[in-house]
Amino acid sequence: MSQSRIAASFAKDSNRKLLVPYITAGDPNLDTTLDLMHTLVKAGADVIELGIPFSDPMADGPVIQAACERALKNNVTLVQVIETVKRFRETNNETAVVLMGYMNPVEILGYKKFAGLASEAGVDGVLTVDLPPEEADELVAELDAVGLDSIFLLSPTTPDSRVKHVCEKASGYIYYVSLKGVTGAANLDTAEVASKVEHIKSFANIPVAVGFGIRDAESAAAISVTADAIVVGSVLVSLVADHGDNPDQLHQSMFDTVNAMRLAMDETGAA
Amino acid sequence: MNTAVESVEGNLSQQYPDSRGHFGIYGGSFIAETLMDPVSELQEAYARYRLDNEFIAEFEWELKNFVGRPNPLYHARRMSEELGGAQIWLKREDLNHTGAHKINNTVGQALLARRMGKKRIIAETGAGQHGVATATVCARWGMECIVYMGEEDIVRQAPNVFRMKLLGAKVVPVTSGSRTLKDALNEAMRDWVGNVDDTFYIIGTAAGPHPYPAMVRDFNSVIGKEIKEQSLEHTGRLPDAVIACVGGGSNAIGAFHPFLDDKEVELIGVEAGGDGLETGRHAAPLSAGKPGVLHGNRTYLMEDEAGQIIETHSVSAGLDYPGVGPEHSWLKDIGRAKYVAATDAEALDATHKLCRIEGIIPALESAHALAYAMNIAPSLGTDKNIVVNLSGRGDKDINTLADIEGITL
Ligand SMILES: Cc1ncc(COP(=O)(O)O)c(C=O)c1O
Repeated sequence: MSQSRIAASFAKDSNRKLLVPYITAGDPNLDTTLDLMHTLVKAGADVIELGIPFSDPMADGPVIQAACERALKNNVTLVQVIETVKRFRETNNETAVVLMGYMNPVEILGYKKFAGLASEAGVDGVLTVDLPPEEADELVAELDAVGLDSIFLLSPTTPDSRVKHVCEKASGYIYYVSLKGVTGAANLDTAEVASKVEHIKSFANIPVAVGFGIRDAESAAAISVTADAIVVGSVLVSLVADHGDNPDQLHQSMFDTVNAMRLAMDETGAA
Repeated sequence: MNTAVESVEGNLSQQYPDSRGHFGIYGGSFIAETLMDPVSELQEAYARYRLDNEFIAEFEWELKNFVGRPNPLYHARRMSEELGGAQIWLKREDLNHTGAHKINNTVGQALLARRMGKKRIIAETGAGQHGVATATVCARWGMECIVYMGEEDIVRQAPNVFRMKLLGAKVVPVTSGSRTLKDALNEAMRDWVGNVDDTFYIIGTAAGPHPYPAMVRDFNSVIGKEIKEQSLEHTGRLPDAVIACVGGGSNAIGAFHPFLDDKEVELIGVEAGGDGLETGRHAAPLSAGKPGVLHGNRTYLMEDEAGQIIETHSVSAGLDYPGVGPEHSWLKDIGRAKYVAATDAEALDATHKLCRIEGIIPALESAHALAYAMNIAPSLGTDKNIVVNLSGRGDKDINTLADIEGITL
């Protein structure tokens, strides 16, 4: 297989830091998700993290919990999320898509079937929040077999011995969770994150993305000085909560928020 | 995932779980990265103190002097006569301080928290029994206590909410998801992720990431050990069967574990059959669910075709949980224990019978085990001995019982 979309995105321009927005698939419905994916690309997204809704999102704060509940009201399934990526690929073959979620829907579908369907649809990587590398051998093997990246998290509580181990297991990029807490919490210390990211880079031979707690263009730009990529989620999901019933407003606010981050990051990079 | 049942040989009680908390394909640590460090800190602490003589001595002292152990193994003679078959013996966990088996575990975990220097305790609760038991040990040792409880359960179990508050705990209503026990567990996990440095999470059942299933089992194994000694004392032999209700599975695994290698003792777990297994409105993952991953472990779950966790139904809040401890999943698959269900109606009937015939008001949870024992006893000989773990007393349930009869207290 040639270079993956994720690797290609990071390789494109060494000065450009990647912007990785997260939205929950099926919130408020899958057609809106598909349209939003294209809007995110227009606004400057390089990789899209697409959330798989789950009934018990233990690592998520109230904003993404509510998004899962909205999506599950329409009984959105993992297979439907994968199909949405396939529809996205009809007109976009560059922007990488990573599925992010919890283990149980993947368990029930079956690892092999999941990996097969996802790769056929044009998914590029998978991040299962409640699957630490210690339990991940079988899933990673199936993803590997079809050329999908296995993305793992690191956190401020991860000791060095584990950082090394996780970096060896991970492919695509490392996702550094910048705070001790669930998604959407806000107590980010930019300087601390920067020094931690530098430290992780000394172990990793793949890019390091930073997420959890990035809320606006300013924090995105500040973190992008050291990180290779910025992940932003709850802020965008809030826009869906606020404007889900008004498509024009939803797309405009989504574009404005993401594009402001893109511009601020580019400006910081150029300075 | 390898679903083949391995052939299991040798000593079941000593070999499991493996060093990473696996019972066959079940168990493990399915948690977010931020919790990996505090969980491994807990694994190390527990591995050390479970073998520490001073820790064991202190635990045993507390069980005797604070909890009031040993509690009796009581021969329910009138009930046995009425049923006309096997002899029914009741393990009286209802006589423990705070009125249920839950205190065995909270004493153990609180002692561990103290040794680890953690001063802030969090817990989830469904029926409120684990919340009360946690609030109790926190008061006993002067620790801050925060209990997460589903909004729905707060209404169903109002007396226990007040008891927790009396004991100085803060009860936080959980409004997400189905607003019951599973959501309280989610919320406690979220709290823990945000407060890993100073916080100890006392899980109330034999589920969760490793080491919880094994640790909660070990703290509750005093139940089975006493049953063993007391059976020998009263009857000169081991019981023919040990029966316990299964919510998350802590009282059952505590009663079963010391008997795992005594193959002649039948072990029977009774899940909440709700309106009946055929209706889908129940809380019986072992009887009618499938394996999956939730709350840090792989185990049998109540879930839909797409892997979403579904709502459970039981008259007893303490059994209203879509998962079960991983060791039970494994014992089911290898055939060492059998799992059945009793409906709401059967449990209510057993509750009334025990009140009238033996003068004991059982917890609705425990009444499920009793109901199954009452089903099978008549067909067994009078020389057979069946132990029912009476995991708790029913005072907490009087509002529910009155409601069902249309009485307002
Ligand atoms: C009296 C009693 N028995 C049983 C249970 C169920 O829990 P477990 O299956 O962990 O013993 C509860 C839970 O609240 C309880 O209060």
